Amino acid sequence: MENKRMSTPLTQEKVKDLKAGDTVLITGTIYTGRDAAHKRLIDTLNKGEELPFDAKDAIIYYVGPSPAKPGKPIGSAGPTTSYRMDDLTVPLLEKGLTGMIGKGVRNQTVIDGMKKNNAIYFAAIGGAAALIADSIKEAEIIAYEDLGPEAVRKLTVEDFPAVVVIDSEGNNLYETERKKYQK
Amino acid sequence: MRKINVKQIEDALRDMSIKANLYVGKDVLNAFEESEKKETSAVGRDIIGKLIKNAEIARTEEMPICQDTGMAVVFVEVGQEVELVGGNITDAINEGVRRGYKDGYLRKSVVSDPLIRKNTGDNTPAVIYYDIVPGDQVKITLAPKGFGSENMSRIKMLKPSDGVKGVIDFVVESVSIAGPNPCPPIVVGVGIGGTVDKATYLSKKALTRNIGLHNETEHLREIEKELLEKINNLGIGPQGLGGNTTALAVNVEAFATHIAGLPVAININCHASRHEEVII
Repeated sequence: MENKRMSTPLTQEKVKDLKAGDTVLITGTIYTGRDAAHKRLIDTLNKGEELPFDAKDAIIYYVGPSPAKPGKPIGSAGPTTSYRMDDLTVPLLEKGLTGMIGKGVRNQTVIDGMKKNNAIYFAAIGGAAALIADSIKEAEIIAYEDLGPEAVRKLTVEDFPAVVVIDSEGNNLYETERKKYQK
Repeated sequence: MRKINVKQIEDALRDMSIKANLYVGKDVLNAFEESEKKETSAVGRDIIGKLIKNAEIARTEEMPICQDTGMAVVFVEVGQEVELVGGNITDAINEGVRRGYKDGYLRKSVVSDPLIRKNTGDNTPAVIYYDIVPGDQVKITLAPKGFGSENMSRIKMLKPSDGVKGVIDFVVESVSIAGPNPCPPIVVGVGIGGTVDKATYLSKKALTRNIGLHNETEHLREIEKELLEKINNLGIGPQGLGGNTTALAVNVEAFATHIAGLPVAININCHASRHEEVII
């Protein structure tokens, strides 16, 4: 299959160029964050404080990796299910976040927020965690170390494989493709 | 009485924790290869191919198949002619899980209290089910359960008059609602009958059966077959991106129930469908 190569930051111009169904290889910096970290990120914003990373044109990857073995930057690192972050997503989009990587459905509130703020929702292959780890070259905890696997990490990735599932116009691959194969 | 030292059980749990999380079962690999041939979606075939490649990387680099190395669910059948010595069996099981998750670089995904949510740091405690059975052996099954799929579980107390159709409709509806979330292609565990807790237990126990093995009771085997066809006709496909491989297997278990009830529970496993078994 034809892959599009994309490097971070994920600027507004790049967002417009990505459409639902595109398979993308991402190179650059992405940040990890899942359930507990999202709760803290939103609490931080509610208190009027600064996020531990600049959300503008940034990508968050919903992942809690397994521990790195000696000599490796990270353990297995596939996506976690995204809907649990739905109620904690729009404030980050308002701060300029342009990409999210996870798996599974998003609610209408998130999709509306993505359309309003021009953001992309990517899916990575759930369970292909050893394969995905090969594309992660560096990992550094930058916040909430006490959360263990849920800490926020800065990842340096090369050709990280993902699919655009929902684009900034709200086109949703989960809805369109399923219908084609339904009997 | 045959004496078994619980240390043996601890060691078995340590080894099973690592093995279950690093090596994709032969039954699953066979099912991947079969479905790759039959899948009509090119994207679906590509995903199944990547899952086969992932299994290979996990095996050769000794990495977990999935970063969610699960909460340890342990089924223990203790022969009534066995005398357990050397300590408490529950402590031994938890110690085995603790060692396995540490030594295997597996993720620690357990919080001590569901509301306070502080990570215990060693993936314990395990969820343990004990059963006393005839004989002088101990059989242990470990099923590390990931929660992307666990969260898609459902239970319904149907009316007796809802019958087979009610069961089938509820299971298919549950898989349809789950959509891409539990990492399809999935294995579906269904528990029918008993009480609300028994049905749920059976749905989880059903997931420890290898793909390709079917219920020995004919009408339940027929339900498994019909459910698999209906689920694969939903179109969800690998990772929910469309296709005819939504489930690799449907395993049904049943138990006697009350004249007033027809409990049905569904528990889903992602494609990793991890479980290991030892007999001591």
